[in-house]
Amino acid sequence: MLGSGRTSFHTRIRLIGLRAWASYPRDQHVVLGTPVCLRKGFHSSYITVPPRLDLDPKAILVLAAMDLDLSAPHSLGTTIIGVTYDGGVVLGADSRTSTGMYVANRASDKITQLTDNVYICRSGSAADSQVISDYVRYFLHQHTIQLGQPSTVKVAANLVRLLSYQNKNMLQMGIIVGGWDKYEGGQIYSVPLGGTILKQPFAIGGSGSSYLYGFFDQAWKEGMSKDEAEKLVVKAVSLAIARDGASGGVVRTVIINADGMTRNFYSGDSLPLWHEELEPHNSLLDILSSSSPEPMST
Amino acid sequence: MGYMCWSSEIAYSGGMARFAADVPTRGGFSFDLCQRNEMLLKKGNQLPTFRKTGTTIVGLVFEDGVILGADTRATEGPIVADKNCEKIHYMAPNIYCCGAGTAADTEAVTDMVSSQLQLHRYATGRESRVVTALTLLKSHLFSYQGHVSAALVLGGVDITGPHLHTVYPHGSTDTLPFATMGSGSLAAMAIFESKFREGLTRDEGIKLVSEAICSGIFNDLGSGSNVDVCVITRGQTEYLRNHQLPNPRTYVSSRGYNFLKGHTGKTGEPYIPPNPRR
Repeated sequence: MLGSGRTSFHTRIRLIGLRAWASYPRDQHVVLGTPVCLRKGFHSSYITVPPRLDLDPKAILVLAAMDLDLSAPHSLGTTIIGVTYDGGVVLGADSRTSTGMYVANRASDKITQLTDNVYICRSGSAADSQVISDYVRYFLHQHTIQLGQPSTVKVAANLVRLLSYQNKNMLQMGIIVGGWDKYEGGQIYSVPLGGTILKQPFAIGGSGSSYLYGFFDQAWKEGMSKDEAEKLVVKAVSLAIARDGASGGVVRTVIINADGMTRNFYSGDSLPLWHEELEPHNSLLDILSSSSPEPMST
Repeated sequence: MGYMCWSSEIAYSGGMARFAADVPTRGGFSFDLCQRNEMLLKKGNQLPTFRKTGTTIVGLVFEDGVILGADTRATEGPIVADKNCEKIHYMAPNIYCCGAGTAADTEAVTDMVSSQLQLHRYATGRESRVVTALTLLKSHLFSYQGHVSAALVLGGVDITGPHLHTVYPHGSTDTLPFATMGSGSLAAMAIFESKFREGLTRDEGIKLVSEAICSGIFNDLGSGSNVDVCVITRGQTEYLRNHQLPNPRTYVSSRGYNFLKGHTGKTGEPYIPPNPRR
């Protein structure tokens, strides 16, 4: 299959690619090129080729086209956002948990509490992110007792990062850690697939985030107020919901600042309508299932 | 006794049919059929699959507590292995769990967690909480990375109130006011999404659960037979086994079968009782 004699560019690449692929542990999922392809729900087994530093980028793309299983279910998932503002942070997420093409939970809560002042947004595998958040909550609780004061956001983010990096072969999840502490104020840390940690003024994650990079480049600015920041987050999540099949449901936000935390909930019909989206009509179900029979009005 | 076996072998060794299941003369395992199985596999026959519960299981929270429902069909591939199995498993007096997926896995994991809960009750001296059962289940399932194929609907009422959770084979959980799992979950969820509302009464809740399970029974091939319902409230649990029997067994004749003497042929050979020692 490979030893055709003619050592063309493509045949050579394939040889190298297969060797590279075989030498890495099978379950090291490192998706080429694109940032995080994250989803919640059941695993899909797609074969990925780990990037090698000695191959040029074009070759990697050729490899990708030939060896990757492009028909496997790709990004099933989420839209999660974390944004700092003047005085705190706003975390936002959609509420769809999907298993394959079925929506397993249309009202899930992806913003999980670690401590009173630190919350995380979870994306990727639901099981992995739930278990890691449980472990980190436990460790942070111990740390808070030993420290004698609320833990910092940096510590929380680094705990997430350590667990994520040291178990990278087995975990598939992207986390955004956001919180407020008295030393640095509001901070957002992004811990994507693989276990990098990045402190950023704003972070986006999940499959729906692909549609938001350009939006944030244009709409983000330093020093927003709390209401501006929350409006931005809600607008962004609703834009992603409009375009990403794997995001949907309601928009949940959590605002964390010196005064504590506030949870907000925006139902689907309260969100603005975007291009080609139609007004919702009264569902016939509401009329049919009401206790007193009413004449149909439409 | 060896003497008995020997005599049967002498009697039938002349190329005639032997007993279908010959016990080994010296005890222990008999690997005689391994070659036959290999030959059958080569021919194209498949080994029987795991018995799955191919199921419809549901749960909902009503005004006084939680109602769980399940169908009663267990399948082995395309064959119905058990027409009236029990899919609502006991976890604690105030907590029950419906199981979908591989029947052995759901049985084993719910039994195991039920025992752990009982030990925990003895240690703490308190009634079990639903979140305890949830955490035990999710950590067990996560550590097996999805290979324990158990998808569960866990419901119960404890000191903190009524709780309903779904647990997936990889260890993730959801907390919901109404939930469905199994192959018939889409059919049942359609019923719930159109008719569920907060604060249902007991009778309304039972009726809705039965409707959802019936929807799974009639529209999903992996679910069938009867409807089991379990109503859990503060201080009281009612397990309504076979609450509805929408698939009665029908006979060609209303008198049933009648086996007259002389219908069963006799070979005329002596009856040799099985050896009690082996």
